[in-house]
Amino acid sequence: MSAFVGKYADELIKTAKYIATPGKGILAADESTGTIGKRFASINVENVESNRQALRELLFTSPGAFPCLSGVILFEETLYQKTSDGKPFVDLLMENGVIPGIKVDKGVVDLAGTNGETTTQGLDSLGARCQEYYKAGARFAKWRAVLKIGATEPSELSIQENAKGLARYAIICQENGLVPIVEPEVLTDGSHDIKKCAAVTETVLAAVYKALNDHHVLLEGTLLKPNMVTPGSDSPKVAAEVIAEYTVTALRRTVPPAVPGIVFLSGGQSEEEATLNLNAMNKLDVLKPWTLTFSFGRALQQSTLKAWAGKTENVAKAQATFLIRCKGNSDATLGKYTGGASGDSAASESLYEKGYKY
Amino acid sequence: MSCFKSKFADELIANAAYIGTPGKGILAADESTGTIGKRFASINVENVESNRRALRELLFTTPGALQYISGIILFEETLYQKTASGKPFVDVMKEAGVLPGIKVDKGTVELAGTNGETTTIGLDGLGDRCKKYYEAGARFAKWRAVLKIGDNEPSELAIHENAYGLARYAVICQENGLVPIVEPEILVDGSHDIEQCAYVTERVLAVCYKALSDHHVILEGTLLKPNMVTPGSDSGSKVKPEVIAEHTVRALQRTVPAAVPAVVFLSGGQSEEEATVNLNAINQLKGKKPWSLTFSYGRALQQSTLKAWGGKEENFEKAQKAFLARAKANSEATLGGYKGDAQLGEGASESLHVKDYKY
Repeated sequence: MSAFVGKYADELIKTAKYIATPGKGILAADESTGTIGKRFASINVENVESNRQALRELLFTSPGAFPCLSGVILFEETLYQKTSDGKPFVDLLMENGVIPGIKVDKGVVDLAGTNGETTTQGLDSLGARCQEYYKAGARFAKWRAVLKIGATEPSELSIQENAKGLARYAIICQENGLVPIVEPEVLTDGSHDIKKCAAVTETVLAAVYKALNDHHVLLEGTLLKPNMVTPGSDSPKVAAEVIAEYTVTALRRTVPPAVPGIVFLSGGQSEEEATLNLNAMNKLDVLKPWTLTFSFGRALQQSTLKAWAGKTENVAKAQATFLIRCKGNSDATLGKYTGGASGDSAASESLYEKGYKY
Repeated sequence: MSCFKSKFADELIANAAYIGTPGKGILAADESTGTIGKRFASINVENVESNRRALRELLFTTPGALQYISGIILFEETLYQKTASGKPFVDVMKEAGVLPGIKVDKGTVELAGTNGETTTIGLDGLGDRCKKYYEAGARFAKWRAVLKIGDNEPSELAIHENAYGLARYAVICQENGLVPIVEPEILVDGSHDIEQCAYVTERVLAVCYKALSDHHVILEGTLLKPNMVTPGSDSGSKVKPEVIAEHTVRALQRTVPAAVPAVVFLSGGQSEEEATVNLNAINQLKGKKPWSLTFSYGRALQQSTLKAWGGKEENFEKAQKAFLARAKANSEATLGGYKGDAQLGEGASESLHVKDYKY
C-alpha cells in the first residue's frame, strides 16, 4: 500500500479505533504551563506545580468520569506526575480504560511575508521525544496547526506548510508507536459566514489528506481533530442543526472512510454549545463512516475550574460538575443529549478569546 | 463550500445517486467507431453504421435487461441513433428508467519525455459539446484517463496531468448539467504484484481527489470509475476474489470521500465471469463502504453477447439472452448475492485482456 506499515501498525489501528468508541471521547488537559497560568489567573489560583498537579488529579479521579473518556491529552509535565498517593497519572488512567496522550508540538511561529499567519514547530527532536513518551506510557499524540480566515487568508503557503507539518509529525509518531491526532484548526475569529468557513475547512482538509497520503501515513491509525463549521465569531449565531449539516458535509467531502474517528475541538464555544452541536451532528440522518466525538479542553473544564477555584474543600463539588459535562458529551456522541446538563451559568459562557494563543 | 454553485446541483446529485441504486449499474456501450471495428472484426461483422446501430438496438431492447441498468454510456454517433422502427435510443432508455451518458474525451496522446505515458485530450470546446449532449438527452459523461505501472511509472507528471485533466473535465460537465464519471484507469499490464497495484491506485486516487477539490467539483454529483486492485497480467499470480475485494475496498477507504455516491468499476481485461465474481466479493466484504459499489462494464457485459450475435439477425434472441444473463448476474453481484450460476455463454470465462489496450 501507499501507507507505511511499521512494527506498531496493529497497535496504532487498535488504539485509534478504541479512542473512537461511541460513547467516549477525549479530555484535552494539555494546557502548557503558560496557558494553564491564564486559566488559573481567572480563578485567582497561583500557577505553581502543586496546583497544576492538584487540578489534574481532581479531573482524573472524578468518580464516574472514566467510562465517558477514551483518552486524555497531557502536557509533558503531567505525563510524569503522580496522584497525592504517589500513583503515576498514566497508570491511573490506563487502569481505568483511558489512554494517555501527549501534546508534542512546540507552539506556532509567524510565517514571514504573510498577514500574521503561522506554522507549527516541533519536528526537530520529535522522533526521539515520541520514543520517550511511549516509554512513559503515552499511546497517542497531538499537534495543533492553526489557520485563520481573512480577506486573503488562509494563503496557499499557510495551507501547504501546515498540512505538510501535520503529515511529517503524523508519520514520525507512527514510526514510534503513537497515534497522531491531526489537528488543523481553522479559527472562528472573523465576520465571515458559515459558508465561508465551510469552503475554507474543506480546502484545508483536502490539502491535509493529500499531504498525509504523500507522507505514507496509515490513516487507520490516525484521528482527526477539526473545528466544527460555524459562522465567524463576529457573525450572527446559527442553530446547532445548521452547524451539524455544514460540518458533516465538509467531512464527508474530505475525510476518507479509513479514518476511524473525528474528535472535534471546541474552539471558543461554551460548554453547552459544544455539547449541543456535537449532539446535533450525531443525530443527523446521513451516512457517517467515522465516529464523531469530542476532544474538548475548555468546553469540559470551564465550570469545573470555577467550582474548584483552587480550594481543597471544593474538590467534590468540582468533580460533580466535571462529571456532568463528561456525561453530557458522552450522550452527545450517541445523539442522546437532552440539553441543559447543568443549570450552571458557566456552562453557557462563551469561551471565545480573540486571536486565541495556546 | 469549496465546490462551485451550479444551477444543476440538485439534478446532478439526484442523477449520480440514481446511477448508484443497489441492483443497478452501467452498460459501457461507448466504443468509438475504431474500437467497435475491432470487436466486429473478431466476429466477422462489417463495421458500418447499420451494424453498429443493430448491435446497440440488440442490447437496449433486450427484454428484462434494462431493469438492471441505471445508465448507458454512448458514443456520440449512438446518441442520435434510433431503433429500426424509428424510436430514438435515448427515448427507449428514458422510458426504461435508464440515464443516457456520453463519452466526451477524444482519446489519449503521449507525454513527451516519458516512457510511453499518456494524457487525455478533449477539453477544447467541451462546455459547448456538453450543452449539446444535454439537449440531446444525455445526463452523465465519461472521460478515460490512463496510467500504467512500470519501473518508473506512473511518473509524477503522468499522475498530475491526468488527475488535473479529469478535474477540469469534471467541473465543465457539472457547469453544463452532466454528472462526470471520473475514470483514472491504471492498466493491468505488467508483472507487478497486487501490493504494487494497491500502492499506485491509492496514490493516484489521492491526487485525483485533491485535484477535484482544487477545481471546486461537487463530489456528490460525480461518480468514480476505477480499476479493481489486482495483480498485474504478467505477474503469474492469480489471487482469490476475496483478496481482490480486500485490497480494492481498502484502497477506496483510504482515498474516496463518503460524499461520492457510487464507485462504478471498470472491468479492464477481466473475463465476464471474473468481473462479476470480483464485484460480488467486493459487495460481500465486511467493512466501511459508504458508496455504492457497482459496475460500468463494456467488454465484460458484451463479450458473449457479441459472439452469440455474430452479426446475424436470426441470432438476435440468443444474443439478447446472453446479455440478459450477464446483466442479471452483475445486478446480483452489486447486492453480494451472485451465486455463480449465470448461464455461461460462450466466451464468458475468456480473458478480455489485450496488452497495452487502446480504446
